Formats: sequence, structure tokens, C-alpha cells
Amino acid sequence: MQTLTLAMILLAGSALAYAAGRRRAFALAGGRRNIRSLHSLPSYYGYLTALSCGIPAFLLIALWLVLAPGVIEKLVLADLPEATQTLPPNELRLVLNDIQNLAHGNITSGGADSTLVAAADHYTELQRTGRTAIAAASLLLGALGGAVALRRLSPSLRARNRVEQIVKLFLIASSTIAIFTTVGIVLSVLFEAMRFFRAVPVTDFLFGLEWSPQTAIRADQIGSSGAFGAVPLFTGTLLVSGIALAVAVPIGLMSAIYLAEYASARVRAVAKPMLEILAGVPTVVYGFFAALTVGPVIRATGEALGLTVSSESALGAGLVMGVMIIPFVSSLSDDVITAVPRAMTDGSLALGATRSETIRRVVLPAALPGIVASFLLAASRAIGETMIVVMAAGLAANLTANPFEAVTTVTVQIVTLLVGDQEFDSPKTLAAFALGLVLFLVTLALNIVALHVVRKYREQYE
Amino acid sequence: MSETSQPAATRRTIEILNAGLARRRRAERRFHAYGLLSLSAALIFLFVLLGSIVREGHGAFWQTYLQLDLDFDAVVIDPAGTRDPTALAQADYDTLIKRALAARFPDVQERKERRELYGLVSPGAGFVLRDQVTAQPSLIGTRRATWLLADDEVDMLVKGHYDRSAPASERRVSDREVAWIDDLVAAKRIERRFNTGFFTAGDSRDPERAGIWGAVVGSALTLAVTLVLAFPLGVATAVYLEEFAPRNRWTDLIEVNINNLAAVPSIVFGLLGLAVFINFFGLPRSAPLVGGLVLTLMTLPTIIIASRAALAAVPPSIREAALGMGASRMQMVAHHVLPLAMPGVLTGTIIGMARALGETAPLLMIGMVAFIVDIPHGFTDPATALPVQIYLWVDSPERGFVERTSAAIIVLLGFLIAMNALAVFLRRRLERRY
Repeated sequence: MQTLTLAMILLAGSALAYAAGRRRAFALAGGRRNIRSLHSLPSYYGYLTALSCGIPAFLLIALWLVLAPGVIEKLVLADLPEATQTLPPNELRLVLNDIQNLAHGNITSGGADSTLVAAADHYTELQRTGRTAIAAASLLLGALGGAVALRRLSPSLRARNRVEQIVKLFLIASSTIAIFTTVGIVLSVLFEAMRFFRAVPVTDFLFGLEWSPQTAIRADQIGSSGAFGAVPLFTGTLLVSGIALAVAVPIGLMSAIYLAEYASARVRAVAKPMLEILAGVPTVVYGFFAALTVGPVIRATGEALGLTVSSESALGAGLVMGVMIIPFVSSLSDDVITAVPRAMTDGSLALGATRSETIRRVVLPAALPGIVASFLLAASRAIGETMIVVMAAGLAANLTANPFEAVTTVTVQIVTLLVGDQEFDSPKTLAAFALGLVLFLVTLALNIVALHVVRKYREQYE
Repeated sequence: MSETSQPAATRRTIEILNAGLARRRRAERRFHAYGLLSLSAALIFLFVLLGSIVREGHGAFWQTYLQLDLDFDAVVIDPAGTRDPTALAQADYDTLIKRALAARFPDVQERKERRELYGLVSPGAGFVLRDQVTAQPSLIGTRRATWLLADDEVDMLVKGHYDRSAPASERRVSDREVAWIDDLVAAKRIERRFNTGFFTAGDSRDPERAGIWGAVVGSALTLAVTLVLAFPLGVATAVYLEEFAPRNRWTDLIEVNINNLAAVPSIVFGLLGLAVFINFFGLPRSAPLVGGLVLTLMTLPTIIIASRAALAAVPPSIREAALGMGASRMQMVAHHVLPLAMPGVLTGTIIGMARALGETAPLLMIGMVAFIVDIPHGFTDPATALPVQIYLWVDSPERGFVERTSAAIIVLLGFLIAMNALAVFLRRRLERRY
């Protein structure tokens, strides 16, 4: 919170700097009448002053926020007794955690002996000093920056160009965030996945038929050697997504055709947004519905027909997921169908074809690439969907194609492995990142193909 | 017909056409029906979904209370007679409730039955009494009829969620409890009131005490972080790509990236958040700050794509006019193009925010899934979010949580509908067509 206060003060300071810079500009020009003698409008001189006051100070704070925890830990460690300093990294980590907990007034894992208390005091002390120092330094830097900028103002200063240059730099920087995000995803997932593959060979992971990610915490524990064969997860994912697509593709495509070709403008105006609502409902709501309403219904129906249905079946999750992705199929298909040139449909109709014949023989072939792209995007959604399967598909890694049985999916396992306690040195936790890598690569491939097809298709008719 | 005996080649086209016409018309009608059927199936599902949630959840907005003649015994509450607030806060108020229950049903003697009887009142009722007494110490020594929060099992039975005709072994309430409750109902000592606790309390293990306020605050803090970061960054990116960027490989790469990120599964963003923000930068787990950062990355593509569309819709004549009057490119964008595109940008932002509000999976990854009773007060306090709260409650076995979950979903959907309605309103009212 203190950082927030500091940021507020700096913002206020920058506002002051703006006012000062603007006044100075007027003064330099010699009154409001003569502002023509300035290179830029007076407010640009204000902005320039404000920016030179704010930017260095904020950069300093950001730097401190990133570096401070490490530096403080180093300093605290340096003061600990020799015996503690030479502990292996894991135990050292524990000691540090204890110190931090003590400093924050929480409960520690062991008893608090005097060295720990002293270290905790030292820690708090360092933090307080650091905070005061950084507050003072950033305020000073801000004031200095503002003052220097203010002194440098002159009628010939190209203030507007400088301000615009800074703004443009900000624009460019923000546009690179998308790239950094992708790089971040790839690196973080890849890095942890590599650590996992050091413990479990890639081939075992990709082609193994058994999944039971229980690893022994102690070396002498029995019955939890851990098996990381992901094939049951892949088949489970494919089964659930397959059911979902079997629901969503026909319903979505036919709805799109109906809306684009048959429905009156009024029906379209009402029905289209309502279909979109299906995409706007949070997935956790679908999960709730699948687990508490659809699951029991399917189970009861199955039992009435003499089938054994598990209460968390692939069918229930798949059906509900299918409904969720209907809008993904229908809205994109609708777009590509309406993008087919009117002349083509009119020509077909004029030759005496019925509407359905026109749609099947002219519109659909012309729109096929776009429609296929919409299927691919829907498939990518289905594979990456998490909450519905977490709540309704179960955890049992069955290698089965029977939709009435419980299956588990890649996303479900990621959630189960990472919710709760994590240890980043056991393959159990790292397996989640390997699964995440597979998930990311598969959806990436689907998305890129789909987006490429859509782009090509747009160019064709535009 | 005499023509049918002629060779096919000499048949007139119109006859071939007529022969197939009935079949083709049937096919046409069938195709039409399929379309209508598909659309109705999707819409019917939507209504079933919403209908079942409303049917299940509306009950949770009312909560069962029962009235007991409480004896605010000074010996129990304040044996020293000092009226000292700390002593009052530590007194055993559950005893008062137990005594009142025992007095109401004097023939209950056996220990096991007694325990069942005491279970009629929520474990949280004592805290409410404590607050009442500390606020108004003059209550001590008096005897008055007091309304107390009933246990969730009582609540469920009164609301009719339990089948009374089922054999006792399959019910969660025993015959004795049913008899007591019926007795209280007959004496008009049980009533349903508007459930304010649901909107003001944090999470709890007892369904009757669990509320959504903690989750709502957590969601609000998370969304605040998301909005503060995603809006400026998204608009800046859109402006750069649409107005300044040269067409080259680099900007092409950025575009492909943005389009692809829009379709990356949300759980992958959670993995990113866990690996980068928590493990690498050491930010606290379960904090709205980290949740907001992750959701920012997730919503940025939505905002960028919508903002770009809005910027592209501003006609070039406006840009040319501004440039012609001597404005710099930056002035043209800041003073003319961006204000005109603002309605579209805002619409996209609101829709992105709505999606972020409903997102659950990435928040599970960064630990916003803990059982948190306290209302979060800052961006680094442990918190949960509304959809995560729903997920947590679905996992709870008590019947009372089913109702609460549905009610929480109603609240969540209410927020989403409000946000989307605002977006539609903005689009209708402010967007200009050129």
C-alpha cells in the first residue's frame, strides 16, 4: 500500500510539474499574446516537464520493486550464523520463510529462537529502511528531473516533438506486450516441461498408457512410484471434445444457415444475440449445470435403458461443452456465409434451384474454408476448455472410448496437479507444465491454421 | 400418360423438372426445418440452463430464522457484573441458546437427542447474540423472544428441498427433527426473511452463514487491476498498429500474435501467471494483484481487436482534414480519431471485462481458490473471485450449498448482463455511422 501512496504523490508531483512548465512557457513567451514565439503550444512544455519529473522516478520504483526482495534476502542471510549459511538451498529457503513469517507476524514452522527473531527484526528493519530510502530517492529524482526540465525550457525547444516521441515510444512498447506474452508462455511452460522431461522421458510421457501422477514424498514410501503416460488424457480429451463437436457442429452450422438465409430480419435481430449469450455465460456455470443437472439426467436415462453410466460421464461434459461452443461455430459460419457474394446465390436461384439446393451446392462450397476454420476454432476451444470438464468429467484416467464412463482430460489434470500444494522439484507438479505445453502447441496449431484460412478467405472475396 | 413410353432423351425439360419437383420441395422443407430445429435447440438449452438456475437459486435469497425465548442470564454472560466489553465478547452465548431450546422442548432428555436439538440453530447464532449484547448491554438479565439463524438442514426442510415421505434413513433430518420443526412452524416461530447475510458475509463452512461479499470484493479488486492495466495498454497497442505502424514483418508478427493469443486456452495464461508472476517475480499467491495481471494478459487481445475495429471505422476524411489543418499525426489521433472511436473502444473493453469477470481456470492456477473467510482489503490480501467461489461451493457436499451456488450464479449473471447491457447501450447511443 505504501508503494501506492508513493505513486500517488509522484503523480501529484507530475501534475504540479505540468502546471509549472506551462507557466514557465508563458513567461518565456512574455505573456499570452506572444505565445507564437514559442515552438510548441504551452501545454506541451508542461507535458515535457511532467514527463521528465515522473518517468525517471517511476522507473526507479519499478527497479526497486523487482530487485528489493533479492537484495534484502542476501543482506539478511549475510548476517546469519555460519552454520545456517552453509545449509543446502532447500533448507535455507525454509529458514528464510520462517524469518519472513516472523517479520510479518505469522506463525512459523518451528519454534522461534533468538537468532531467527533477530534476523526477522533485521529483515523488518531493512525493509523499512529500503522503503524510506526509495521513497526519498524517487521523490528527489522526480523533483530533480522536473527542475532540470524546467531550466532547459526555451522558446526554441521542440517540446511537442519530444512529447510525441515519448508517447510514440510508449505505444510501441505496449504493442510488443503481445509478443512478450507469447514468449513468456512458451518460455515458462517449456522451461518447466524440460525439467519434467529430465525426470520422465518424452516417449514415456507421449506414448505411455498409464497415468497416475502420485509420487513418493519420502523415499521409503510404497505404492506411489508415479506413472506419467499421457495417452489416457489425450484420448479422454479427444472423446469429450469429439462429443462436443458432434453437438456443436451440426447445430451451429444449421443455425448459422438458418439465420443467414431463411430468417427474417426481426428473427435474426433477436436470435443472434441470444446465441451469443451462450458464449458469454461463464464456463463455471456450464460446469455447475453439467454436474448437477445434466449428469444425473443422463445417469437416470442410462439406467432406465439398462446401461451402466457413471455419474461423471464423458457424455454429460461433452454435451454441455457442445452447447457452449455452438456460438463459436455459428457466428463465424454466419459471417462467412453472408460474405458469399449475393450475385452467386442470385444466379443459382434464377436458374431455378431451390433455396436449400443453392445453399448446399453454391453457398456452402464457396464458404467452405471459412466454415472449416470455424470448426477448427471450436475444436481448439473444446480442447482448452477447463471448468466444464473439471466439474463434470471426473478424475479417473480411463483409457476408453465409452462415452458413459468417466474420463479425464489434459486440462483437468493440469488443474488437479497445480491446485493445492506445489513443489517445483517433483515431476508431479512439473507434469502439469508438460501437459500445458502439449495443450498450447495443439491449440496454437489449430488457431494458426484456422486464422490463416479465414484471412485467405477474406482476401478472396474482398 | 403416353409420353412416358417415349425414350428419355426426347422428354421435355419441364417434365423432368415437374417429376422431381415434389421431392425437391420436400427436401427444401426438410432443410428449412433442420435449420429452425437447430436454432430452437440452442435457444431452448439456453432457457433450460437459465431457468434451472433461477428455479434452484431464488430460494437462497430468503433464509429461515427461528424464534426462541432467550433468557439473557447475567450469570452466564457477565458473572462479574462489570459489563466489561471484553468479558461480554468472550461469554458463552451458545449456552443461552441451548438452554432456550431445552426449555422449548422440555421432554428431550437423552444426550444424543439433545445434541440433535441444539443443531437446529446455526453455529453462528452465538456470534450474532454476542454482537447484540455488546452493542446493547441493557439486554442482560432480560428475557425476550429472539430470532436466530436456523441451521441449513432446517432451512432446506422448511423450503421443501427434502422429501418428507422418504424413509428416515435416506433423509438428512431425523423424524424427531421434523417433529420439532413442525412444532415450531405451527407455533409461528419459524419464518423466512430476506437473506442479507448472503450479500454481506464472507465464505463459511456452514451454508447458512456463507455469503458472497468476500468473493465480490475479490472480483472487484482483480477487475480493477485488469482495467487499469488492460485499457491503456490495449488502446495504445491498437492506436500504434492502426495509425502508426509501418506494414512490415514485425507488425505482421505482432498481429498474428494478438490473434493467436485471443484463442489460447485461458488455463495456459494461468500457467504463465504461476511460472512468471509467482515463481519468478515472487508476487504473493492468491492475491487479486496477480489475478489482475493474468486477466490483463488474457483480455488484452479482446480489447486490442475491438479498438482496432473501432479505429478503422473512423473515415479517412477526418484524418485528412486534421492533417490538412496542420495537426501532427499524434494530435490528429489524440484530438480527433480516438475520441470518435471511443464508443467502440469502450464497448470492447466492457466486453473484455465481462469475460474476465467470468473467468475461473487461470485463477485456480494462481491460488485464488483457497477457503477465505475474511473480506480482502487490498490488492495483495488473499482473496477469491465470484466464479471461483461458485466452483468451491459446487464441491461442498451440503445440500444448502446447491442453493447458494445457484444464487451466486444469478448474481454473477446479473453483473454480466449489466455490463453487456451497458456495452450495447454505448454502442447504440454513442456510436456514429459514417
